[in-house]
Amino acid sequence: MLGRTASGLFWLFRYLERMENTARLINAAQWMSLTRMNASDSDWLSVLNTVGAADVFTAQHNEVTKASVIDWLLRSSDYPSSLINCMNAVQFNGKSVRTAITEEVWEAINAGHIDLNAQLKTRVSESSLNTLLSNVRDIVSLIQGMAHSTMLRNEIFQFMSIGTHIERTDCTLRLLDVKYYVLLPSVSPVGSVLDNVQWETILRSVSSLGGMKMTYGEQFSAPELIDYLVLNGKMPRSLSYCLMKVSNNLRNLSTTGRRNTDSMMQAKHLANYYLSVPVDSIFEYGLHEFLQKLLILNSELSDQIAKDYRFYE
Amino acid sequence: MMRKDFSIVSIFNEMESRGGNVRGCYKAFFKWFSGESLPAIRKKQKEAQEFFRLSGITFISNNSKQDQKQMDLIPFDFVPRIITSAEWDHVDRGVRQRTGAINAFLSDIYHDQEILKAKKIPVNLVAHNPAFLDKMIGLSPPGNIYTHIVGSDIVRTDPKTYFVLEDNARTPSGASYMLENREAMINLFPELFSRIKVRPVQDYTRHLLRTLVESAPHNKSKVVVCILTPGPFNSAYYEHAFLADQMGIELVEGSDLRVRDGRVHVRTINGFTPVDVIYRRIDDDYIDPLNFNSDSLLGVPGLFDVYRAGRISIVNAPGTGIADDKSIYSYMPEIIQFYTGEKPILDNVPTWRCSEPDSLSYVLDNLDALVVKEVHGSGGYGMLIGPNSTKSMRKYFSERLKAKPEKYIAQPVLPLSTMPIFGGKNLTPRHVDLRPFSLMSPKEIFVTSGGLTRVALKKGSLVVNSSQGGGTKDTWVLED
Repeated sequence: MLGRTASGLFWLFRYLERMENTARLINAAQWMSLTRMNASDSDWLSVLNTVGAADVFTAQHNEVTKASVIDWLLRSSDYPSSLINCMNAVQFNGKSVRTAITEEVWEAINAGHIDLNAQLKTRVSESSLNTLLSNVRDIVSLIQGMAHSTMLRNEIFQFMSIGTHIERTDCTLRLLDVKYYVLLPSVSPVGSVLDNVQWETILRSVSSLGGMKMTYGEQFSAPELIDYLVLNGKMPRSLSYCLMKVSNNLRNLSTTGRRNTDSMMQAKHLANYYLSVPVDSIFEYGLHEFLQKLLILNSELSDQIAKDYRFYE
Repeated sequence: MMRKDFSIVSIFNEMESRGGNVRGCYKAFFKWFSGESLPAIRKKQKEAQEFFRLSGITFISNNSKQDQKQMDLIPFDFVPRIITSAEWDHVDRGVRQRTGAINAFLSDIYHDQEILKAKKIPVNLVAHNPAFLDKMIGLSPPGNIYTHIVGSDIVRTDPKTYFVLEDNARTPSGASYMLENREAMINLFPELFSRIKVRPVQDYTRHLLRTLVESAPHNKSKVVVCILTPGPFNSAYYEHAFLADQMGIELVEGSDLRVRDGRVHVRTINGFTPVDVIYRRIDDDYIDPLNFNSDSLLGVPGLFDVYRAGRISIVNAPGTGIADDKSIYSYMPEIIQFYTGEKPILDNVPTWRCSEPDSLSYVLDNLDALVVKEVHGSGGYGMLIGPNSTKSMRKYFSERLKAKPEKYIAQPVLPLSTMPIFGGKNLTPRHVDLRPFSLMSPKEIFVTSGGLTRVALKKGSLVVNSSQGGGTKDTWVLED
């Protein structure tokens, strides 16, 4: 398998995951803004913060309004992670690794690309936002589903999965870091019940409000929420779960090539030192510092994988 | 030269004979078509478009109005081009003969140049031809094969007469359309294929891979083959990816390849591994910035040195352009005769070489009846079609011809056969050509059953190129 192909697959699935996360985030934020009495346009600034794009947005716009943020996240050509740019990146990477993916996966990508470009040609009205976002979810699911049902479980599949889970880790970390302060003991004393309102956005956006309640009961505390999104190995968007996936993928790759690559060591280090700890020690370490540290480690892991498998040179 | 007067010949419709009867090989198709309702046919036509749209099969057209490149689908018409096996055997033998002769010509022209010594071709036509690659002199490619893949453009003027318009011996494209057209047809009209026995075309990629493997520079059992593409922005990228996918080989870009220790290597996730055969879809000029165009970012530095050392096969070999040069084309009957000792099975279109004073004056006097082509042009650009031209166009060409006669050839306007296309309501005739593909390895020559039929969708138009309003059709060779 070509290094360039591995890179293309990795980025294809990163952008696909990012696309899904952006769509979920908009969906959750929109839901919140419609259900809360004191909702205001400035809430959308925190959405921009989540995706790390507040600076770019405010540089281009005089004020933050719901309509302008949604339009920007959906259709901006300047913002590299807008839905349209993600979809285009998925299609371009799909094209450049066309021989590595099945016809079914390619056609799902191509159909989604044609479809979404048509739908995002003009501004999306509030009344059709829901339809659009569920369409995006369908497009992503179809591509993911086709990949799962038609692709050989060889190295191609490992790179697809690595891309998905590295990106998902990144998204979950950003999601947590934006709202980390509401979880601090000073705001929400240890053992007290969390003000769920802010967190519902987050849990909704990862489709796991139900799962959270199923695991921890109707009312939950800050450490429980962190435990759920960081350490719970059964939660498909938790850091532990994603890292476990990446480690497995790297191990599967090493049986076809070399043993113990640097990226494997890094993944092991991450799992042993940061994710095999009691949740209290995360608060002791400093929640924000912990999340920042993991963002860096995740991005270093991503770079090391690119090096180990010759993505670029 | 025998000059047939084509002006008195009426146009041959491949489906209908002059009395309006359906020709034998189309009877079964026509019976089926007559029994279908128009709405059902229109629905199928839409499905066909959807099939091609989803597959992503596109080409880049130059939108002259906006001067922008855009990706377009090549229009597909579902009415198949049907050829009997007896008719096809003739074309097949002709294509084989031509492919063999072209390869022999290339081998000769880059070695002993017997054909020049025998004065069958003027020396200066080769020596001063930009398509003649000095670097190939004395170099013997593995298995002595230059033209592994040839796609000759063939037209038909009556039931028995075929002319070869040109021999594409560099990197002919279009095989993926041939294969996708068939797949679309089988999906849309399975009942037709259970009623009518059509020779398969899907074996093309299997033979292509066999040809590539047999052309390796060594005879070890494991041969690593790849397709070298300029990348996703190239107009034929879809075809490159399609063929690589069908053959299960890697599709590489120049940046994936590197010369190390005297061999070409490909960068894989487990390090650099050697490659034996490169099916390149990049022009000669761009394959190696150290040996050719130094600005090229598409190629592989040092590739040609490895080739010279006999440690890689390049498919087709560099320098094959001299064989499909339009000035050489007019000598194809002599070339075939010289190397095979046989008369050409397929006719050459009578060609006036404007470099010859007699021919030039004839061409200038008959501009309104001739097609004038640039010797080094392609894609249907830079040509004058006399009968469809305006006075000012003829004036322009007449000045160009006088200034640089050696840059032009002229041919009669052939009464290309027509085939019906489905015009939304009924069948209506349009001009067609045919590009069969032949594959040549050191062991054998393979010719596709049929090939790619291109059709000029504009009424009366003779230009079938996809960049200028051409479409494609599935081509059926019937099994007896």
